[in-house]
Amino acid sequence: MSLVRWMTRATSTQAGAAVTQLLVEPREWRELAQDVAAAGGRLLALWGTNRVGQCDTLHAVTVAPPRVLAVTIPLDADGGYPGVEDVFPSASRMQRAVFDLCGVRSTGQDTRPWLRHAAWPEDAFPLVANPMPAPPQSPLDDYAFVRVEGDGVHEIAVGPVHAGIIEPGHFRFSVVGEKVLRLEERLGYVHKGIERRFTELPILDGHRLAARVSGDSAVAYAWSYCQALERMAGTVLPPRAAWLRALALELERIANHLGDLGALGNDAGFAVGLAQFSRLKEHLLRATEQALGQRYLLDFVVPGGTRNDFAPAGATVLDEYLVQLTDEVTALRGIYEEHTGLRDRFAGAGTVLPELAAWIGLVGLAGRASGQLLDLRVDAACAPYAELNLRRCTRQDGDVLARVTLRFDELSESVRIVRRILRALPPGNHSITVTVPPAGAVGVGLIEAWRGPVVVGLEAGPDGSILRCHPQDPSWHNWPALEHAIIGNIVPDFPLINKSFNLSYSGHDL
Amino acid sequence: MSTVAWLTQFLEVLAALILAPLFLGWVNACRAWLQNRRAPSVLLPYHGIRKLFHKDAVIAASASPLFRVAPYVVFGAMVAAAAVIPSMGTGLPFRSAADAIALVGLLAIARVFMSLAAMDIGTAFGTLGARRDMMIGFLAEPALLMVIFVASLLSATTALPLIAERLVVQPLALYPSLAFTAVAFTMVLLAENARIPVDNPATHLELTMIHEAMLLEYSARHLALMEWAAALKLFNYACIGFALFVPWGASIGSTGIGAMALSLPALLVKLAVAGLWLALLETVSAKLRVFRAPEFMATAFMFAVLGLLVHLLLGA
Repeated sequence: MSLVRWMTRATSTQAGAAVTQLLVEPREWRELAQDVAAAGGRLLALWGTNRVGQCDTLHAVTVAPPRVLAVTIPLDADGGYPGVEDVFPSASRMQRAVFDLCGVRSTGQDTRPWLRHAAWPEDAFPLVANPMPAPPQSPLDDYAFVRVEGDGVHEIAVGPVHAGIIEPGHFRFSVVGEKVLRLEERLGYVHKGIERRFTELPILDGHRLAARVSGDSAVAYAWSYCQALERMAGTVLPPRAAWLRALALELERIANHLGDLGALGNDAGFAVGLAQFSRLKEHLLRATEQALGQRYLLDFVVPGGTRNDFAPAGATVLDEYLVQLTDEVTALRGIYEEHTGLRDRFAGAGTVLPELAAWIGLVGLAGRASGQLLDLRVDAACAPYAELNLRRCTRQDGDVLARVTLRFDELSESVRIVRRILRALPPGNHSITVTVPPAGAVGVGLIEAWRGPVVVGLEAGPDGSILRCHPQDPSWHNWPALEHAIIGNIVPDFPLINKSFNLSYSGHDL
Repeated sequence: MSTVAWLTQFLEVLAALILAPLFLGWVNACRAWLQNRRAPSVLLPYHGIRKLFHKDAVIAASASPLFRVAPYVVFGAMVAAAAVIPSMGTGLPFRSAADAIALVGLLAIARVFMSLAAMDIGTAFGTLGARRDMMIGFLAEPALLMVIFVASLLSATTALPLIAERLVVQPLALYPSLAFTAVAFTMVLLAENARIPVDNPATHLELTMIHEAMLLEYSARHLALMEWAAALKLFNYACIGFALFVPWGASIGSTGIGAMALSLPALLVKLAVAGLWLALLETVSAKLRVFRAPEFMATAFMFAVLGLLVHLLLGA
């Protein structure tokens, strides 16, 4: 059955956006998911909301360009709902996380805890329980990793504490010699209780917490939160505010891509790359400070606009630096492409072919490197992206080289967009006041961060409080793909492959 | 042998102990400069070793005595090797004690103890590193032996001091066979000393480590000895290279302390050039995929064989 049939049941469409709200019964959810998948769509987010001391509603956000569906599924008293992990593989972990936090179970086969590391009792659910019971006496749990049997197969357990200063995650490799047969991830070590903390904040202040969900995507998260809030409050953003936000988002993308390109060179033993790209990134941060008043753009996006206006003197500095950046990046790109040793490390490592990527539901940068087209800046463009004529960048090979090359492509495209914004920034206010949305209002924000689509689902409580706020990081969809990408590769190539995805732990573990 | 000769021998080993961390610091500084970074102090390795000696050692509960003994054996083997290698003079008491083949054996002892100690604790990373190091080692040793054979064919001896002496004493001539073996030797040096492109001494990625993975369980004085031994190994290899290919400047035949002191500036100049060259090689290369390392070592072996063939067929 086609997706169009569901559109007739749409309850409302958010003003000025392509988000369609839909109310379905739990038994219809699988059918809807299958129709979305058949239309080439993706499940972007899944979360539960409680109203009367137990979780009574399930929310999902799916995207099937050009449609974004915000699905509401009221749950029965017994709370169960059908799992869709066979339609969208990444749903499996999201369903497990929904159970860990809200206590409603899907019909999915995998019932192991995902975010709960025995830091709270098995029968307590942080988003429902009030108050939270004390942590259990023995804080260690025994997670059932899938065992690989066979002659000469052994396990390598890596993390959560690593030799370098990186975020914590556990990787369990099953290997024969150096060859990886299977990788299983165990995440959740940086679970901070962000979603519960949201419910204690005024709705007009939530953007500050949202910006801190994953620090490398601060602009994207804050914008996504503000977008949801502004849609609920019916705020019409002044054009200058939207353009400034896009400027900030693209600068964040450029900075992250520069950092990653350097780190990828370094992980392949090419330290010159790290030194050069770090220098370029630092100069970009300094130019950003001159233009927007901040090196890193944490809390730059606020409800109703942006914190600072653009410093006119900074425009020249930023524009001149971007010209210089383009030249230097072109030179470095030449080195990366022609260096035999680097190419040998990058090409063919960690391949996710387009068919596999489509099945797993790979999104964002890693998805576009594997032939998946989705880019919310094009497919669900909010202002001002519709006017910016963004060129969508994709690659088909799906290996580390494709993800490196795509970073170079996107970097130049973002530089072009930023320079365009600098020339055509509309006049007017950079910020307006946002009114408190009425209790019960629901909004969804979607922003394409440098890593992929960031979704924020927001529901207003009484008197300007937050009833529920759920940020969903693109890493939820791409972590499972990493398990596939490593199969058949050798153990020492894993850090490089992992870095080429560069997924968020903090944004995932919440 | 006179007391003076033994004293000179002692001073030579002492010089090796002192110069080795400096050489490592110099290579690191050159690398930093070539990468457009500000270089750390060339004295940094000394500070690192001193710091480690002042710490309390932590030893895993599952460690056997082998784990505690290994740093001393490895360090001892490197000191013994430094005594055999004519870094400053060729006329020392140890000249007849060991030839180049025994030297390769001495280096092999260090490797075996290091690998056994790495596997002793039973962690995945130690075993992983030991396994990879043995893979590199069994490919690098034949190449190194082949390099030494070419040099010994030219001078009709396997004793390093004599090889160096003959090269200096003979009228200056260019040996194409030595040029090939020099390339092979450089490749062996990179592989044996855990340098890029075979291993990355600066990495923090535990899954890619070779040499560093074997040291993960060591701390304090044990780690200090292991790191000092690694610096000595690099120094020793550089000095083997000087003895085989550019022995000029070392004191020939003399056992006096004065002659030895005179050869020190030459050694320092050679080390400075070698360090810069090493840093340059490491800067322009990326790290090889682990399974490319055998190809790398096979290439080294082929170069050494080529040198041998050039010598046998052309007599050059």
